[in-house]
Amino acid sequence: MARIDLVDLAHSYSGNTADPESFALKPVTMTWRQGGAYALLGPSGCGKTTLLNLISGIVTPSRGKILFDGVDITPLTTQKRNIAQVFQFPVIYDTMTVGQNLAFPLKNRGVPKAENDARVAEIARLLDLTPYLGRKATRLTADAKQKISLGRGLVRSDVAAILFDEPLTVIDPELKWQLRSKLKALHRALDLTMIYVTHDQTEALTFADTVVVMHDGRVVQSGTPAELFDRPEHTFVGYFIGSPGMNIVPAEVRGREARIDGHTIALNRSYDGLPSAAKIEIGVRPEFVDVAPPAPGLLSASIERIDDLGRVRFARVRIGDAKFSARVPPGFSIPGEAAGLIFDPSHVHVYADSRLVEGSA
Amino acid sequence: MDKTVNQKAWFLVLPVFLVVAFSAILPLMTVVNYSMQDTFGNNQFFWNGVGWFKELLDPSTDLGERFFASLWRNLFFSTVILAIEVPLGIVVALSMPRQGWTVAACLVTMALPLLIPWNVVGTIWQIFGRPDIGLLGYVLNSIGLNYNYVSNEFDAWATVIVMDVWHWTSLVALLCYAGLKSIPDAYYQAAQIDGASRWAVFTAIQLPKMNRVLLIAVLLRFMDSFMIYTEPFVVTGGGPGNSTTFISIELVKIALGQFDLGKAAALSLVYNLIIIIVCWVFYTVMTNAGADRQANKGVA
Repeated sequence: MARIDLVDLAHSYSGNTADPESFALKPVTMTWRQGGAYALLGPSGCGKTTLLNLISGIVTPSRGKILFDGVDITPLTTQKRNIAQVFQFPVIYDTMTVGQNLAFPLKNRGVPKAENDARVAEIARLLDLTPYLGRKATRLTADAKQKISLGRGLVRSDVAAILFDEPLTVIDPELKWQLRSKLKALHRALDLTMIYVTHDQTEALTFADTVVVMHDGRVVQSGTPAELFDRPEHTFVGYFIGSPGMNIVPAEVRGREARIDGHTIALNRSYDGLPSAAKIEIGVRPEFVDVAPPAPGLLSASIERIDDLGRVRFARVRIGDAKFSARVPPGFSIPGEAAGLIFDPSHVHVYADSRLVEGSA
Repeated sequence: MDKTVNQKAWFLVLPVFLVVAFSAILPLMTVVNYSMQDTFGNNQFFWNGVGWFKELLDPSTDLGERFFASLWRNLFFSTVILAIEVPLGIVVALSMPRQGWTVAACLVTMALPLLIPWNVVGTIWQIFGRPDIGLLGYVLNSIGLNYNYVSNEFDAWATVIVMDVWHWTSLVALLCYAGLKSIPDAYYQAAQIDGASRWAVFTAIQLPKMNRVLLIAVLLRFMDSFMIYTEPFVVTGGGPGNSTTFISIELVKIALGQFDLGKAAALSLVYNLIIIIVCWVFYTVMTNAGADRQANKGVA
């Protein structure tokens, strides 16, 4: 049970602290409140596992501090931090039964047997493992093994946070949903801080109430799923989250207008004084661009193909050289390749050097 | 579909059959043939039925007594070297480095004894242990220990055992090292998080994960040590007296020393049978353990 503060935390595996650009994890300062469900989302190699391992103490940071409830625990070993971690591949102790596996962390900490047994029984009940307690853990399925890994974290009543390192990788798709709902239920029942590392946006968005998107060793945005969707603060967040991802195209922005390919699009806010040296782009999600028959007032595009996702259709189009995705309104049939695009001005964002620019009203 | 019947296809098996016949079946049958007969040289043979086997398995006869005495010596030897080499190999493997250039250095150093031919190992220790010119023998005697493997039974045994440990612990260590290397880091990290002590990590993770390579190591070391011949033959020649005469040494004495081909053949068949049975037991145990693991993978 703890609030976790990361203060200017950074790590370099090479040990070279001179050049922050080479860090696996670039300096980050953030606070995770007690009882929150957080997801660290990003592609492979973005530093999310490094960040997780720093918190659990498997890796010692090159720089910065980690505070649990305001207490600096950076120098403490993993054993001394009250952290539980569930790994990508289920870790179970082969020779032990399920019950012995669950009791292992308590036994190692010298908890009296009676108390130990009671705790194991309680956790087994929460995880629906009671019928298996006496069985050898090696004989179970991958999802049951993952539950045991999780159970070993939960049995400790003093645990400050549970860390998950892509825990559903080896689980069958139909069981993923079950296990994820189980995690949500446990999170509600136990009031624990949970931090969940994944590269799967569905997993992150359904599990967490705050998603921390990482890219190239940096935290690019931290927010609720809705915030990430509606107002991506970085172009990376735009196209990493959402399927298909956000359209990002270079544009000239002046005042309340953006010019793409010689055509002007209206913007909801005014963007004066953009840095002149910066690369200016506009970003708009495919959900907020409609395909229409070509018309004089519309940005003209050529349709390459239509993806029918069942509930909704997206057209892959081309504007000059830039690729673009747009929604195909229900009932709209495509007469030919040529089409016009209708933008929803309230959802068009402007980015300078990949970062969101706040316009003025 | 109709298949063409062509009995000439049997000719394709012929090369293999010939090779196996000359390399295994014919020599083995020759031995079986000898074991049923007695000879006084001159290529004259007399039928003896199962007489040699009866004699061999009856400890009250000379042959039986020699067989059982050497059999117990062999079993004792194998037990002792397994009891030393397996734990020692595990300890060595655990203390070997996991990364950096020292890994290669360690592996090469460890592999050296394994690369030395058996009779050279024997010669090395024979000279090493000599009280007059051998470093080991001289040092032991000069610090007041009366060490002489030629005249003292205990010293002879100690020399043969230490020699085997020196020669073969590397094999066990290398196998264990391979087993240890295959354990994913997550296991150690999970153990840290679970607050496991060094000993708990060993018993809960390392030992169970090593059990397969350990079985192989035990099997290899048992077979090899049960068939040991060259090193003790070079160092002690089976002495002092008969104290280090193992079955193989006894066999050579009977076959080539006394030229009792019938007795020697019966002895070698029984010897062979013991090794095959032990291997079969080990093989069954190992494949069962493997099938267990396979079944688990299937479920997972």
